[in-house]
Amino acid sequence: MFALALDSLSWFMLTSGGIFVLIGGIGALRMPDLFTRMHASSLTDSLGPMLILGGLALQTGWSLETLKVLAILIFMLITGPTATYALGNAALMAGMSTRATELEDD
Amino acid sequence: MVVLFSLFLLSLLVITAIAIVRAENLFSAVMLSGIFSLLMAINFFVLDAADVALTEAAVGAGVATVLLLGALALIPNEERKRTRRSPVALVTVIAIVLAISYASFDQPRVGDPEAPVHQHVAPWYLEQTPELIDIPNVVTAVLGSFRGYDTLGEVYVVLTAGIGVLFLLSAGRTSLLPRRKEPSIASSLKDHLIPHVVGRVLIPFIVLFGLYVQFHGEYGPGGGFQAGAIIAAGIILYALLEGEGAALRVLPPRVLVGLAIGGALLYLAVGIVCMLLGGAFLDYSVLASDPVVGQQIGILVIELGVGLAVTGTLLSIFHAFAARDQ
Repeated sequence: MFALALDSLSWFMLTSGGIFVLIGGIGALRMPDLFTRMHASSLTDSLGPMLILGGLALQTGWSLETLKVLAILIFMLITGPTATYALGNAALMAGMSTRATELEDD
Repeated sequence: MVVLFSLFLLSLLVITAIAIVRAENLFSAVMLSGIFSLLMAINFFVLDAADVALTEAAVGAGVATVLLLGALALIPNEERKRTRRSPVALVTVIAIVLAISYASFDQPRVGDPEAPVHQHVAPWYLEQTPELIDIPNVVTAVLGSFRGYDTLGEVYVVLTAGIGVLFLLSAGRTSLLPRRKEPSIASSLKDHLIPHVVGRVLIPFIVLFGLYVQFHGEYGPGGGFQAGAIIAAGIILYALLEGEGAALRVLPPRVLVGLAIGGALLYLAVGIVCMLLGGAFLDYSVLASDPVVGQQIGILVIELGVGLAVTGTLLSIFHAFAARDQ
């Protein structure tokens, strides 16, 4: 019974993680300017991996693999937002304008 | 399922390759080539070639991208417009595509145990590795011992390429080695707090992972080439965060060149010691009273030589590019 509940939870996390990555991908293609695109694609390296790797960790049970999956997750949670920050900062420095300011200018 | 995944990966590879050819902005071409290398690494991993995958990810996607960006800082950002199309190039490309397509009909199925490549020396390697060398990773045994000559040649190819690049980049200057100066390209990240802090936290782990890959190569995927690239990547990150000068203070140019040459000479020295002890060149069995232990010692030492040579060469090239930027 407990195993079944754990398995369902794991699959729920895997599926919803996949959906979030998909949403992030669609957002990165469809959003109007760089910053909103980054906002969408940041889903694929924060919430997506959290759910997917969390689901995978539940699948492995308590073993060395769980630790490895968690290490990957921590690495992604540290580097993902940093990369997003660096990209956004670089874009701002380079004078990339947002859609909102463009609309104001018109 | 694996076939589906492979097809997906290979289609992405083709799309990326076409995008690289079509890209006129060289910066995007460099970024796309990084993506290409990463996809290639995943492909190697799907084909169970974990050692090659690790090399491709560390060198192709990591260090090579940084070196290409360093080169890009010296040249204009846009590709020069070609007005004339050469018919010779078109004919050559079509002929090569036709020849390769024709050759691919004779290719065996992926993973086919009856394929000629699996019938030659590979069964002998698989059979003899536990007996002669007694390490779990057959790839390391083949690379370090059975085919030690090839690997020695590869190390000298890396060293020669490094010397060539240093000569090219130091053209017009008196010293081959970059001077100790604060160049502009690398000091730019100092003002950005978040990448700075996160990078500083990550560097020790990157270097630690490099050492693990270096010394765990007999048991898992890895070895000198991969470890050298990973450690070099860690130090390049340090150079990007703290400025070129700080990295050069930790590892001065002379030390880097010394590492590259010393690593290559260490490999050669192992071969010569084997000869002096009465064996053949690079026959590690004579290094200890037990031939199996001798083989293991030999592989550890030559892998160390490979690691030192790769680290030294990659970092020398990186600093040469950065110094040229002034």
